[in-house]
Amino acid sequence: MLKNVKTCNVTISELRRLNRMNQYTHMLEVKNIVKQYANHRALDDVSTRVAKGSIFGLLGPNGAGKTSLIRIINQITAPDSGEVYFDGERLNPNHISRIGYLPEERGLYKKMEIGEQMLYLAQLKGLSRKEAVDRIKHWFEKMEMQSWWNKKVEDLSKGMQQKVQFVATVIHRPDLIILDEPFTGFDPVNANIIKEEILALNRSGATIIFSTHRMESVEELCDSIVLINKSKKILDGKVKEIRNTYRTNTYRVEHLAHDEPIPAVEGLFSIENSVHAGENTILTIKVAAGKTINDVLTYLIPLVQIQELKEVIPSIHDIFVQQVTAQTSNTLIATSE
Amino acid sequence: MNKILLIIKREYLSRVKKKSFLLVTFLVPLFLIGIYALTIYLTAKSFEGNQATIYVIDQSSLIEGKLSNTKNITFMDVSDDIVAEKARILSEKEKTLLLIIPPDVATSSNVELYAKETASFGIQNEVSRQLEQVLRDIAFANAGIDRATVERISPNVTLSAKEISADGEKDSSAGAAMGIAISLSILVYICLFLYGAQVMRGIIEEKNSRIVEVIISSVKPFQLMMGKIIGIGLVGLTQFILWIVLSTTLMGVASAGIMDGRDIKAQIENQQRVSGDGVTPATKSQGGLFSKATHELSKVDFQTIVITFLLYFFGGYLLYSALFAAVGSAVDSETETQQFMFPITIPLLFTYILSFGILVNDPHGPLAFWLSMIPFTSPIAMLVRIPFGVPVWQIGLSLALLVGGFVLTTWVAGRIYRVGILMYGKKASYKELAKWFRYKG
Repeated sequence: MLKNVKTCNVTISELRRLNRMNQYTHMLEVKNIVKQYANHRALDDVSTRVAKGSIFGLLGPNGAGKTSLIRIINQITAPDSGEVYFDGERLNPNHISRIGYLPEERGLYKKMEIGEQMLYLAQLKGLSRKEAVDRIKHWFEKMEMQSWWNKKVEDLSKGMQQKVQFVATVIHRPDLIILDEPFTGFDPVNANIIKEEILALNRSGATIIFSTHRMESVEELCDSIVLINKSKKILDGKVKEIRNTYRTNTYRVEHLAHDEPIPAVEGLFSIENSVHAGENTILTIKVAAGKTINDVLTYLIPLVQIQELKEVIPSIHDIFVQQVTAQTSNTLIATSE
Repeated sequence: MNKILLIIKREYLSRVKKKSFLLVTFLVPLFLIGIYALTIYLTAKSFEGNQATIYVIDQSSLIEGKLSNTKNITFMDVSDDIVAEKARILSEKEKTLLLIIPPDVATSSNVELYAKETASFGIQNEVSRQLEQVLRDIAFANAGIDRATVERISPNVTLSAKEISADGEKDSSAGAAMGIAISLSILVYICLFLYGAQVMRGIIEEKNSRIVEVIISSVKPFQLMMGKIIGIGLVGLTQFILWIVLSTTLMGVASAGIMDGRDIKAQIENQQRVSGDGVTPATKSQGGLFSKATHELSKVDFQTIVITFLLYFFGGYLLYSALFAAVGSAVDSETETQQFMFPITIPLLFTYILSFGILVNDPHGPLAFWLSMIPFTSPIAMLVRIPFGVPVWQIGLSLALLVGGFVLTTWVAGRIYRVGILMYGKKASYKELAKWFRYKG
């Protein structure tokens, strides 16, 4: 019996977390959310799901409705219609202490001492004073901020303030951490530290939502995304699947430079682009419908020495641009008709 | 609920711990005591005066030798040479004055008193009192009336106003009541603005530093607003209670030590005794006024006033600070608050101005009654009426309405606040506020 306890590597708090999380597979489920402000509709029938333990990207340009959605999830505002489910339950005030939110518009009390301030924010999230003190000390050690306890916020540098802000966001060990534009304003060093901490939290079980308009900054981190534009959902799903869906059968073929440029072959492939890089030529080719890259290679191999072949998969940003332009031109057609 | 307590605690402690709070809390009573001590000192001075010699040139020969020396004043008959005597008082080191009584003093009653520095009020009073007495005696004598007879038959009416109520009769204290009423209206007017503005500034600060969004992801905006309002209200109450305690203690020390209260009283009595066997009705009524004032003050029910003051201050504060909170949430900086302050200021200013005239003069009239019932004006209007005695049912009803009033304003303010605090860099209009109010959730 005692042996079992010793070999058990799970800490009590982790057990508590596991206990809290039921077997439901989605941390968050947003169903048909509509939010209407006086003059504009911030969210128009938006639905999406965030898998437990995943890193999720809430993407879209400025003004798309990301912050409105986050505010609804945080119960700062309520939707006009639609429902939000948190860990399988209808969103309710008990969930507040299980969410950690770093708003885009963030700040601290300038005249308040850091230690006091952290205690206050942690207690507002439902921690007892003692618990809060222990955890703050732990984090302060980890982030090398021990000497800051009695300092006022106004005496700290911007980067230091953001570290404090981040710790305040996760101090209550939330199951869901929502970070709105998390890396803006951070210097590269601190941004990296924070990114590592976020990933560590994710590994220990927390679900992360990144909200940003800079899609490239989180694309590599995210398992799944939802793309919002002008208050409507454009698409959502696993990053890999989305990118696969938007494959255009385009490849990059790098070969030793040849005296005569390779011509496109009707019905087999077209050449999108051709550049010289030192001794090599890089071709961007699009495989014609009904043919595969192997057919193209069969044609090319006798002609040139191939150095490298890579499929060109569109980035989320490319997909977004493509989708948005399609949408806009559709609207234009619709209005001109 | 627990979270509201946390917010109240932070708002309260962060203000009470400030140096400026301690400074104001201790300086204001000291300032009041200073004024009080100065008043007592000056009063005593004017009674006491310095030793003075008065040269008397009596051109009428009616007064000579009839002026009696007092503890402080020595009268001395001198030559009739006005010019020489004027020069002499200039050269004297001691305080010396020159009293010139014209030949026709009996008919003109015009007497001149010269001094290097203007004669003190106490001396002037004493001289004119003695002259009047002498002249009156002469007039009585001329008319063949004996002064003793006059004193015997002269009526001396003392009017003591009584209040009658079911509980019995008691002495009225209209004069003191009026003074207290006006002081209360000034105090509550200033304090409502002072603490209301603190709420507003606190909210603007939270909005500007952008911490507000961090906090309202943990608590409801309404909790944050109420926590702030109650926290600052408690700061106000703490300050009042400290002021009352400090002032009364210091006042006690001041009257017991530096300026012995009994000493002054003794001096006054002494003055009256020395001033001669002939105490005229005039002096009597003068002394009477003084003692009447102290007597009236001693009758005022300070306990009731303090308690009702605290209740109405807190009630009025809750009502108005909610409005201040709504204003704070709607703007980005203090300079933008002007347009919204106007409707908040009007009812307070209106009652405040009225309290100096109509309310004090007719504390039980219909205007006073209605103003002390309407929640927006009752904190001032009722406090003005309290020193004059207000039936308990009226106080009860007015307090109940006040509670209803602040529930209403906090509800309205809360709806504006929850939207306003998340609106950055947007200049709000009244139309906008109305829209916010109607937003769902």
